[in-house]
Amino acid sequence: MPERHSEDVNRQPVVEVRNLVVDRGSTRAVDDVSFSVPTGTVMGLLGPSGCGKSSLMRAVVGVQIVAGGSVTVLGQPAGSAPLRDRIGYVTQAPSVYDDLTVSENLTFFGRVLGVGPDEVDRCIEAVDLTRHRDKVVNNLSGGERSRASLAVALLGEPELLVLDEPTVGLDPVLRRDLWALFHRLAAGGAAVFVSSHVMDEAERCDRLLLMREGRILADEAPSELLTRTGAGAIEDAFLRLVEGEGVR
Amino acid sequence: MTPRILGAVAARVLNQLRHDHRTLGMLLVLPMLLMTLLWWMFEDSGPIFDRFGPALLALFPFIIMFLVTSVTTLRERSSGTLERLLAMPTGKVDFLGGYAVAFGMVAAVQSVLAVALCVWVLDLDLAGPAWMLTVVAVVDAMLGTALGLFVSAFARTEFQAVQFMPALVIPQILLCGLFVPREQLPRVLEWVSDVLPLSYAVDAMSSVAASTSDAFAGVEPEVWTDLLIIGAFVVGSLVLGAATLRRRTA
Repeated sequence: MPERHSEDVNRQPVVEVRNLVVDRGSTRAVDDVSFSVPTGTVMGLLGPSGCGKSSLMRAVVGVQIVAGGSVTVLGQPAGSAPLRDRIGYVTQAPSVYDDLTVSENLTFFGRVLGVGPDEVDRCIEAVDLTRHRDKVVNNLSGGERSRASLAVALLGEPELLVLDEPTVGLDPVLRRDLWALFHRLAAGGAAVFVSSHVMDEAERCDRLLLMREGRILADEAPSELLTRTGAGAIEDAFLRLVEGEGVR
Repeated sequence: MTPRILGAVAARVLNQLRHDHRTLGMLLVLPMLLMTLLWWMFEDSGPIFDRFGPALLALFPFIIMFLVTSVTTLRERSSGTLERLLAMPTGKVDFLGGYAVAFGMVAAVQSVLAVALCVWVLDLDLAGPAWMLTVVAVVDAMLGTALGLFVSAFARTEFQAVQFMPALVIPQILLCGLFVPREQLPRVLEWVSDVLPLSYAVDAMSSVAASTSDAFAGVEPEVWTDLLIIGAFVVGSLVLGAATLRRRTA
C-alpha cells in the first residue's frame, strides 16, 4: 500500500527527460523516452533486468553518453557542475571501498562533499548500520554493503536521489524500513527516483514508470495503472500492457 | 582543483594502505631486502655495488608504484567508486593529485629506509648528498604513479594491468644504462633510450653517487636537469591519465 498519496499536480519537476535515446554497443538501450519526476515524490522505475533501467538512471545522473534527447535536472543539463553535490546516486554494484570501514567510507565521501562528522553519523544511522560502522566493508553481507553505498548517497541531503535497485537481496523488514525512509526523504522535499525489477515493490511508489525493451509502457500512479488496465496486481498490469502492445 | 578533495583522496589512499598490512610491509621492507641481496652478491667483487646500487634505488620506487597504482586505479574504475567520485564535485586533478601525493609520501618513506640502509649499513660509497637520492626516488615514484594511472585506462582486468609491467617497464630497465652504458647501445636503441623517462632517473641517481668538483651544494647540475626531464614526463603522463578519466561513459 502506498504510504502517501501523490498530489503532484502543479509541482516543479526535479527531472525532465525529453526524447532520450541511449545506445549501448549496437543495441538501443533507451528508445525515445520522455517523462518527468516531480519534487516530493517517490518515483519507481520498474521493468525486467536488461530493459534499460540502469542506462536511463545513469543518463539522469549525467554519467551516461547519450545518443539523443535532453535531460534537465533542477533546471540544469544533467551532469553539469552545479548539480554534483545536489544528487545522491547509488549504482547497482555497491560503490564503496571494500578495504575501508563503513565510517571511513562515509567520512571520505563526506569530505569530498564538504559535510561534517554529524552528517556522517546521521547517514549511517539512517540505513541502520550504526552497529557495523567500524567493520571493514569486505566483511559485511551483500545487503549491508548496499546499505553502506546508500548511506553515501544520503550525505549532504541531496535534492534528488537516484537509486538503482537499492533493495535487492534485503530482508523484508529492512526493505520496508528503506521504503519508509525514501518516503520520509520525499516528504522532506526531495525527489526519489528508484528502480527495481521486483514488481511487488511498485505499490510502494507514489508514481510508476514501467519499462520494457528501452520503452516506457506506463507513467502513472500505481492505483491509476490498476484501474486503467483492470488488473489486480502490477505484474498483471505489466503483462496486459505488453500483450496489448503485441496486438496493435 | 579543490585542495580539500585532493587531501581527502590522499588520506583515503593512505588509510587503505594502513588496513593492508601485507602490502605496506612489502612496500617498505622489500626494497631493503633486495638492496641487501645485491650487496651480498658483489661482496667479494670490488666496488660493483657502488655502481649498481644507486641505479636500483631508482628502479624500485618506479616499478612498485607503477604496479600498485595501475591495480588500485583499475579497481577504482571497475568497482564504480570512480564513477561515484566523478559524479560528485571531484575534479580529475583532485583524483590524480590525491594518488600522486599519497604514493609520493609512501615512496619518500620507502626510499629513506632503503637509502639509509645502503649508506649506513651496506657502506654504499656516495660522493653527493644522501638526501638527493631520496629526492630522485620520490620523483621516480611519481613517475611510476603517473604511468600506472595512465595504463590503468587500457586494462579491463587486474591480470591485464599487471601485464603492462613487462610491456612498459622492462624495456626501460634494459635500455636505461644499467646493463650497457647508453652511449654503447646501437644507435637506434640509444635514441630510444633518450626518450624513455627511466634513463634520466638512473642517470640522476648515478650522478648523485659520483659527484665531482662543479657540484653546487654537493649536487651535480645534471641531476637537476634530469629531475626536470623526469618531472616533465610526470606532468605529461598525468595529463594523458586525466584524459582517460571520463565523467560520461558509454
